Amino acid sequence: MKHEITLTINGQSVTAEVDSRLLLVHFIREQLDLTGTHIGCDTSNCGACTILLDGMSVKSCTYLAVRADGAEITTIEGIAAEGTNHPIQQGFHDQHGLHCGFCTPGMIMRSIDLLKNNPDPTEEEIRWGISGNLCRCTGYNNIVKSIQQAAQEMKKEKETTV
Amino acid sequence: MIPANFTYHKATSLKDAISLVQSLGEEAKFMSGGHSLLPMMKLRFATPEHIIDISKIEGLSFIKEEGDLLKIGAMTTQTDMEYSDLLRSKYPIFSDAVKLTADPSVRNVGTLGGNIAHGDAANDQPALMLAMRATVVAQGPDGRRSIPIDEFFHGFYMTALEPADILVEIHIPKASGRSGGAYHKVERKVGDYATAGVAVYLELDDDGVCREIGIALTNVSAVPMRVGRAEEMLRGKKITDDLIDQVGVVASEDSEPTSDLRGSEAYKRSLVNTITKRMLNKALERARQ
Repeated sequence: MKHEITLTINGQSVTAEVDSRLLLVHFIREQLDLTGTHIGCDTSNCGACTILLDGMSVKSCTYLAVRADGAEITTIEGIAAEGTNHPIQQGFHDQHGLHCGFCTPGMIMRSIDLLKNNPDPTEEEIRWGISGNLCRCTGYNNIVKSIQQAAQEMKKEKETTV
Repeated sequence: MIPANFTYHKATSLKDAISLVQSLGEEAKFMSGGHSLLPMMKLRFATPEHIIDISKIEGLSFIKEEGDLLKIGAMTTQTDMEYSDLLRSKYPIFSDAVKLTADPSVRNVGTLGGNIAHGDAANDQPALMLAMRATVVAQGPDGRRSIPIDEFFHGFYMTALEPADILVEIHIPKASGRSGGAYHKVERKVGDYATAGVAVYLELDDDGVCREIGIALTNVSAVPMRVGRAEEMLRGKKITDDLIDQVGVVASEDSEPTSDLRGSEAYKRSLVNTITKRMLNKALERARQ
């Protein structure tokens, strides 16, 4: 059975017809062509498919597309204007927070939610905060440094805008 | 992995959800967060013909004290519980459990009601509910009814909920100044089910005598279980180190673990013993604060 859904994705309104059983990650990758969101384990363990749904990090492999009707979704493609980096992207760039890069979009989307709820996390809080996102290359140390750098930057940004 | 074909229905109210399930029959399943059900559907362990989405029903997400009760709405997410000032300050047993449940992104979606209604002894909240002597409030075609937690879990994925019942609220006796609870589970890695877990909740009287006690276990039995024999050893007594040691042994003896990839039966029994003792001490410490 097809359902018509309307949602906002990276600031743009989209209306589409989806099957009941279509997973949100397939909708994003295959119907919207936003392939920055990855499919890793496909069992809600690895976090490669993490997106923001109404501001919260969600594993899009374990969410029905039809349930996203009316939601506001942000994917890795939508976090910074073309040609610029989000502070977390910049952190990963500067601190070498990736090797192969497969987990990176999910890591970054998760980190946005983490820093929103906890702008000044300890190292332990960062490690718990990204505990649902697996990286098989880096050993996490540089990922933690990347998020620490981003937290500093975002704090400075906030202070200068206030 | 894609689930088998089914038809999705969005319920706009409890009444709507109940009338939907009555017209669709027993092949319909309710979905709240969906983080237990959808993975099972993707693996084709569950193949419901209809999914009734109850996550958009308003008014089922709250955490509040009212009269003698702590009331938590069924659609309250694990993240809501994690950031609740009330739970953090007065019911730290929830903070213990939530931190060890799945991972932050799953907790953003997974709900308290779903964790209980799923009827899985591997989930963490059933042990907390047993230890705190919760009452499950369910709404069905004939209105609301209260189910004591000891009558709620019937078997593997089976609960007292009838097909047209929706778990709507959890009621827990309000914390007193001299009550305390604690939960811990051993897991192989973040997001895994417990190898073994223990929830303890107790209340002392003014003389430090144990007035009320609940001890319950995670994932060491087919059905979420209370260790009644261990509770009886402590009720009405002053809790001593010696008594705690004995209770750990009894909890371990009465648990019903089976050997699997998470560990041997003997290892799990040993874990139950150790965690029970540690959680009793932690709950006592919190009750005395």
